[in-house]
Amino acid sequence: MANRDETEMERSTSGGGDGRGARPTAHELARYEALFAARTRGMKSSAMREMMALTERTDVISLAGGLPDTSTFPPELYAKLMADVAASSTARALQYGPTEGMAITVECIVEVMAAEGTHVDPAEVLVTTGGQQVIDLVCKTLIDPGDVIVAEAPTYPGAVPTFSAYQADVEQIEIDADGMPIDALESTLDRLQAQGRRPKFIYTIPNFQNPGGVTMSLARRRRLVEVARERELLVLEDNPYGLLRYEGEALPTLHSLDAAAVGRGGASDLVIYLGTFSKILSPGLRLGWAVAPRPVLEKLNLGKQGADLCSSPVTQMFVAAYFAERDARGEGVWRAYVDTLRDLYRRRRDVMLEALAEHFGEGARWTRPEGGLFVWATLDERIDTTDLLALARGSEGVAFVPGRAAYMDGRSGSSAMRLNFAGVPDEDIREGIRRIGRGVHEQLSLLGSLSGTVPTARATASPASEPQADAQAPLADVVALPRRERPGSARRSQDR
Amino acid sequence: MTASRRVAVLKGGRSFERSVSLRSGAQVQDALARLGHDVVAIDAGPEALAELLASDADAAFVALHGRYGEDGTVQGLLEAIEMPYTGSSPAACMRSTDKVLAKCLMREAGIPTPDFRALRETSIKELGAAAALGRIEAELGFPLVVKPAHGGSALGVKFAPASAQLPGSMVGAFSYDGTIVLERFVKGRDLAVSVLDADDAPAGAVALPVVEAVPREEEFYDYESRYEIGMTTFVCPAELAPETTARAQELALKVYGLLGCHGVARIDLLLEQDTDELWVLEANVVPGMTETSLLPQAADAAGIPFDELTERILASAFSR
Repeated sequence: MANRDETEMERSTSGGGDGRGARPTAHELARYEALFAARTRGMKSSAMREMMALTERTDVISLAGGLPDTSTFPPELYAKLMADVAASSTARALQYGPTEGMAITVECIVEVMAAEGTHVDPAEVLVTTGGQQVIDLVCKTLIDPGDVIVAEAPTYPGAVPTFSAYQADVEQIEIDADGMPIDALESTLDRLQAQGRRPKFIYTIPNFQNPGGVTMSLARRRRLVEVARERELLVLEDNPYGLLRYEGEALPTLHSLDAAAVGRGGASDLVIYLGTFSKILSPGLRLGWAVAPRPVLEKLNLGKQGADLCSSPVTQMFVAAYFAERDARGEGVWRAYVDTLRDLYRRRRDVMLEALAEHFGEGARWTRPEGGLFVWATLDERIDTTDLLALARGSEGVAFVPGRAAYMDGRSGSSAMRLNFAGVPDEDIREGIRRIGRGVHEQLSLLGSLSGTVPTARATASPASEPQADAQAPLADVVALPRRERPGSARRSQDR
Repeated sequence: MTASRRVAVLKGGRSFERSVSLRSGAQVQDALARLGHDVVAIDAGPEALAELLASDADAAFVALHGRYGEDGTVQGLLEAIEMPYTGSSPAACMRSTDKVLAKCLMREAGIPTPDFRALRETSIKELGAAAALGRIEAELGFPLVVKPAHGGSALGVKFAPASAQLPGSMVGAFSYDGTIVLERFVKGRDLAVSVLDADDAPAGAVALPVVEAVPREEEFYDYESRYEIGMTTFVCPAELAPETTARAQELALKVYGLLGCHGVARIDLLLEQDTDELWVLEANVVPGMTETSLLPQAADAAGIPFDELTERILASAFSR
């Protein structure tokens, strides 16, 4: 009982069937416990999340968030757009809107998707309160307790609590440098079929995966759509960063590949597409969208009615006003802003990759994302990044997302971490990575002392040994670099 | 009903137990308000002392868990500003919160505590302490529990089934503390006994009914999950032989006295499966006060409602 027991008490089952709950002494507990739905059992808090909540300290460099850099949006433009909305339509902005979203906002969504080469019918779009709501509504629509979802491993840490809350049974498929291996998907599907089980949907983030940082290859995209069509399975394509590509050629969305497979200008009938304004404009607007086959869309709409009636008309009108802004050539200014973000984030990604090469130890490997917000780094398997976070947060003042957060079991991925490079200035990226590197070095040298293995002599990292991700290598085996020796690593204080 | 007082409730802070502390504090505030006291809530941040000084409070109710709240830090500061406070003195807090010190004191006093060795991180480099590891392994045997010397969080508590896992477990635990405890793993039932000061009791304190924590899964590899939310059910009073209950309560009172606790404390014990022996693990000087916490549950089982429990703990500020 070394732990603070209180939070566990909340989750205890004194109101349950073990008979002990009838004790009058436990009446206070039973009063609430008996009221909680069974699904709340799956709604776990964890020590790791408690710790994550503590990383908001101002003296901590946080590489943990999923943040874009909103400081790049011009305040004058924000003021002008809000003034425009106020001048033209105060009453409408302050009123409820339609559940499916305002037509003027849907037009913007169609434009964003067209910019990625995906053409959709406005009638198949549902405006949502952030992309997160799409995940929630899709689960609400499709998942009964015990139903199977197939997801990537690692997967979006923010989807983990949603899947848990709906009591889904999630099968995670280990990704490599080309995203989800479809042969592994197929053998999982076969295995499930042998058990008489059929997943309700396959959840994938094909572009610059969160947290893996890898992109699903074109061949795999095609094959995934084929498999979905052969087996009549729904796919939830989560694509928040598609337009944030820093190099390489853009790949078609699963939605567009499926539409092509349907043929004759038809719409995709197996892919539910999730998009968001959070990364190309602002997460504070809380605006995302779903594009889905009509029957699914209708249910999502009903689900949304129960959840929040409609997404904020204020922010929907803000988006519409923003997309109406054109430059001299008639080009939407939103495109130029995305270009600005792309340049900024590309540079920051390079700063992070450089810092990783300089400060992370031998045996550390990381992905080299072609876009998006995240690098996924894997350390020596004996290092637990949840512990490393405690150390780094306390003594070094730096935070990241421990790999466990991206796994349903909360255990796998224990030596990996997700690093955000988009939301922090260059200097903080360098310093943050330097601090994590110092923690890693400290732990490795301690491990060496304890296991009686003196760490092997290290070469000094030379600029020539730039990390290059091998496109065919598995995710966890991307690059290994020699560690640079540092003089006198700082000791941490006793009182922590 | 005692005199109405102005009470500063100290809670929150930046420890791993912040959220629990905030809930404990909120419960205590409600109870104090119901009791007719004037309540000032203080989140233990950079302005905490300034707020305490400005609060003009008659006493501070310490509902701050973890670092600063349980290690004697705030108690020392409260003494410096001459503000009466609930619970144990700085010295008793230090003795209880430092697992190494607490276990050494218990061993000296003949109170059963699982065999252990402590290791300081600095001693590994500066004294080559790793050379003693083989002896320690042989002495304590496997499996071993590895824990940070301070802190009540599940984080950092490791289970090493064999020698191969020990270095990793130790490095993990060192992430939370410069000193760790390697402890013989005692397989058995988790018990907790809360102790409350009582003027009329011969020992000056009474032991409340025993609470048992029952893990949902009894798996070795899942050791850490026993400390995870949702994996444990609590039973109070614990279903034990009357003599076991009596012995657990007697041990708890002894530890309470030995460490010099004041007002309230919760003593955690293990009832070993194979031997039926009781072993004391540690003492918690600022037990949780959420309405589902062990202390309020145990008090409830003893016929002490939450408000009365709160009033009694508050009284400890004026009975030092």
